[in-house]
Amino acid sequence: MTGFATPLTGYLLVAALLFAIGLAGALTRRNAILVLIGIELMLNAANLNLIAFWRYLPHPEALTGMMFAIFSIAVAAAEAAVGLGLVISIHRHAHTTDLDEMNRMKG
Amino acid sequence: MLEKADQLFVLLRDWVVGFLPPGWRDAAGVVLGVIGIVAVFPGLFAITTVLERKGLGRMQNRIGPNRTGPFGILQPIADAIKSLTKEDIVPLNADAVVHFLAPVFLVVVVFMGFAVLPVGRNMVLVDMDASLLFYFAMGASTEVSIFMAGWSSRNKYSLLGAMRAVAQMISYEVPLLMSSIVVVMMTGSLSLVRIVEAQNQYTWGLPHWYIFTPWGCAAFVMYAIAATAETNRSPFDLPEGESELVAGYFTEYSGFKFALFFLGEYLGMLSISGLGTTLFLGGWSAPLAALNWVPSWIWFFSKVMLSIVVLIWVRGTLPRLRQDQLMNFAWKFVVPMTLLNLMVAALWRFLGEGWARWVVCSAILVIVYVAAGRAGMRGKHFGPRTYRYAE
Amino acid sequence: MSFVFWLLAAITVAGGLAAVLLKNLVHCALALTVVFAGLALLFLQLDAQFAGFAQILVYVGAVAILVVFAILLTRSSETPKDGGVFSRTWGAGLAISAAVFAVLGWVVLQSEAGLPREISVPNVTVLQIGNALMGRYVLPLEIVALLLTAALIGAVIVAMHEKGDAK
Repeated sequence: MTGFATPLTGYLLVAALLFAIGLAGALTRRNAILVLIGIELMLNAANLNLIAFWRYLPHPEALTGMMFAIFSIAVAAAEAAVGLGLVISIHRHAHTTDLDEMNRMKG
Repeated sequence: MLEKADQLFVLLRDWVVGFLPPGWRDAAGVVLGVIGIVAVFPGLFAITTVLERKGLGRMQNRIGPNRTGPFGILQPIADAIKSLTKEDIVPLNADAVVHFLAPVFLVVVVFMGFAVLPVGRNMVLVDMDASLLFYFAMGASTEVSIFMAGWSSRNKYSLLGAMRAVAQMISYEVPLLMSSIVVVMMTGSLSLVRIVEAQNQYTWGLPHWYIFTPWGCAAFVMYAIAATAETNRSPFDLPEGESELVAGYFTEYSGFKFALFFLGEYLGMLSISGLGTTLFLGGWSAPLAALNWVPSWIWFFSKVMLSIVVLIWVRGTLPRLRQDQLMNFAWKFVVPMTLLNLMVAALWRFLGEGWARWVVCSAILVIVYVAAGRAGMRGKHFGPRTYRYAE
Repeated sequence: MSFVFWLLAAITVAGGLAAVLLKNLVHCALALTVVFAGLALLFLQLDAQFAGFAQILVYVGAVAILVVFAILLTRSSETPKDGGVFSRTWGAGLAISAAVFAVLGWVVLQSEAGLPREISVPNVTVLQIGNALMGRYVLPLEIVALLLTAALIGAVIVAMHEKGDAK
């Protein structure tokens, strides 16, 4: 399985696959929480991409890739918290988390 | 000769590893270190169980176990035989895979935490640059296993116990980390080996342990409170309180899996005492410069066992806190005090050497503590009891 | 490419597939935890120790617990009554994500010539990261602090019981 020219290619393909899986999950599932799970998968795939590029490009001592990934982790955690708070609040109002049923703007 | 006693285990490992070809030596050294950890810490766990049962018994005016061996010291062997031969009952509705994996995950994660504790001079399994961060990452992972245990049992009491335990552990992660951050700030490194070496200096024969500074003492007290809550020990043991929730999140476990949970909980206690010793009590360094002839690993284990004895003592003495009381305590009292402690530690660094910084820093901490305590008590009424009945 | 990389990649992708395909939501959340752990190990493989440990601490220790709490508080752990777990428009979603993966994969494989070869292991100490955070990246650090405070207050307000609401 050494068809890849560089180690970087392997990491980028894994990240792309994980991103596609997360996107599929966010687009095809009915439950609102699974959409958030898909979003977390996409963010993680992007982080893997950042760290892989940091490792294999010249000047890793500038730490740009690692800093970007760390800030991304922090922001993603905040976004997960707010998103899940919203899902809980919607559930309290509409008594369901099924996205197919939430098709009107009128509350 | 004393140097040899101090480095006894290091020399032993080097001698054993010397029999192998050079390519295999590193891996074999690591394997021997792992075997050492897996042998020593469960042994300490066995001693802790006897100590706890006898100690609690004496505090409650009764004798603890005294049938198995003199003074009951062979009790752990009896307990081990019992839990290995008991029937392993899994409820019909339970989620079998998750039910099985929860105790395994807990024990694995807790053992990983032991890898970064410096047990003696040159005696760390893994010397990483960010070892304290690794330890806290492993500590945070134990919450997942507790949730897995509580949810997979499909039992209301288990789930309730698991939710309470996870909420409590997350709330007390913050004071635990914040009180350790002060130590990192004053040492300038996240590496536990470096932190112990920074405390291994002596002025007039007295050591530079961080507990002997005002900010270190305050941080140690808050670390101790947070550590007691992290390991679900009394007075924070509502999630596993026998009088409230049967046994909390491990109600549906029996036999060997229960023994694994028990092992995981007590190993967590040993691990967090080990970390507290490393951060605040000087790790493997001796209390007085004159006592440096005693091997370093003896000092480390004595300090850890002293912390365990204090934990058992606190368990036998204080009543249990209610869930909302302990969350209130964490967020409204301990976290602001840790933030204040950070600022006081910075002040300590900037006031320079001399007696002035001792007086100023101690004064700030004591005054704020007393004032905050008084303010917190003002709203409480201690009159005759009023009852509120369920409707 | 080493064996360890393939093993970790297989675990991570399998966990990701499980996270979006399983019926029971709590199993999905646990599979997500496996993905996070696998990614942390991949970070360690890439010599980014600080990012790897931060990933475990934040994602496994906090975000996974958050997802699980949300599943339990919205009672989504019970099986859905009708219609299954996939939405009516699942075909379009699958097609879009397959297209995205095709484009990304093609771009990566096509630009292989331009990607750099193996370079030496960077030796990054936590001291360097600390200096960078307080020096070059101090503005993003303060902005992230502000953002986290706003998110904390916002999440509490959004999820709070309002006065007079039926509980």
